[in-house]
Amino acid sequence: MANSFTCNIVSAEDSIFSGTVEMVVAAGIMGDLGILPGHTPLLTELQPGPVRVIHDGGKEENFFVSGGFMEVQPTIVTILADAATRASDLDEAAAEEARQQALKAFNEKSSELDYTRAAAELAEAVAQLRTIQQLRKKAGKG
Amino acid sequence: MAAAKEIRTQIGSIKNTQKITSAMEMVAASKMRKAQDLMKAGQPYAKQIRNVVGHIADANPEYKHDYMVERSEVKRVGYIVVSTDRGLCGGLNVNLFKAVVKDAVVWKQQDAELDFCALGSKAGAFFRNYGGNLVAAKSGLGESPSVEGLIGSIKVMLEAYDAGRIDRLFVVYNEFVNTMTQRPVVRQLLPLSSDMGEDAKHDEENARPGSWDYLYEPDAKALLDSLLVRFIESQVYQAVVENGACEQAARMIAMKSATDNAGNLIDDLEMVYNKARQAAITQEISEIVGGASAV
Repeated sequence: MANSFTCNIVSAEDSIFSGTVEMVVAAGIMGDLGILPGHTPLLTELQPGPVRVIHDGGKEENFFVSGGFMEVQPTIVTILADAATRASDLDEAAAEEARQQALKAFNEKSSELDYTRAAAELAEAVAQLRTIQQLRKKAGKG
Repeated sequence: MAAAKEIRTQIGSIKNTQKITSAMEMVAASKMRKAQDLMKAGQPYAKQIRNVVGHIADANPEYKHDYMVERSEVKRVGYIVVSTDRGLCGGLNVNLFKAVVKDAVVWKQQDAELDFCALGSKAGAFFRNYGGNLVAAKSGLGESPSVEGLIGSIKVMLEAYDAGRIDRLFVVYNEFVNTMTQRPVVRQLLPLSSDMGEDAKHDEENARPGSWDYLYEPDAKALLDSLLVRFIESQVYQAVVENGACEQAARMIAMKSATDNAGNLIDDLEMVYNKARQAAITQEISEIVGGASAV
């Protein structure tokens, strides 16, 4: 049996990644998921957070998705992200600023609509920081 | 020389029109590039979500979403018609409306009534005259339409479907084949059909329709509810941006041919003008010669 499968990551604006991989690790709504070849069909919502892709040959690549869906078929994984970026393109300062701003809006909560939006923004900013910190930790180890 | 002067003014006014059309051509050409980029950017997502939904339609899910069930009787059909906001783009909108009407007539013969949702002011104007039931209209989408701007109109149609007021939903838009060719297409959105995914044919051997199901997280209902609504939104959004690219391409071609036609008209008129001028000169000379010989 083949020990690799196809993975497509697309966001509403662009195709982020498409290729053959050995494993995909994503933050599902009910916890992190590691997908290996031959996984049973699965559909899940994704939390804002990192998606780790391990290429054929063991090279790793990190992406950040701000929520979306993941479909798993035995030979193909499709991630439909609301917005996705390569983790290396993430800017820690910008993420921190977004978090501060979201927190501020969160505390002010002038109306119901703003409140839910602020909560979503906060979750996203925190997830971005989480991705960066994970990357940083790995870089420190390696 | 009265005739000659008239012709000169006519040439002048045609030249002005030509300047306008050639400027519009250039504007459309540059906008087309942007619209095409927008269209291309959205394509991967639209294609992948269509594949995923195609898989879902193939599966045998524990929870049959309302959107996946074929209704036995079709009493009312909904169309989301994507048109342009502005005219001067050749036969783009007319061809599209013809396609809608052709499709709608088939449903009418089966005693189904029609609901329309018009995106773009041209569709709104057309369906007010056509007589169908216009349930939602949205215009002024601009050059870079956002999904947020479309959600309202889509929601009207989806709610109508949920409530059983319509039993089928189509989206009609122009497909961008290339700069010269745009083709009106009528695509069924609801209920979902399994031949939706472009790779449906390709993985036929390992697809076992109806014999498997997904694992769902969190649960099938919540997941399918949000995924399918997202799917419809993405398909309509893609239709709108693709139609936008068609609009600019069609306008560019229309304005190019208008500019060419103005050029031909000017050439013809200049020929007439020169002949009139020549005739006047000849007449003057013969008058002078005649006068001189009389003295």
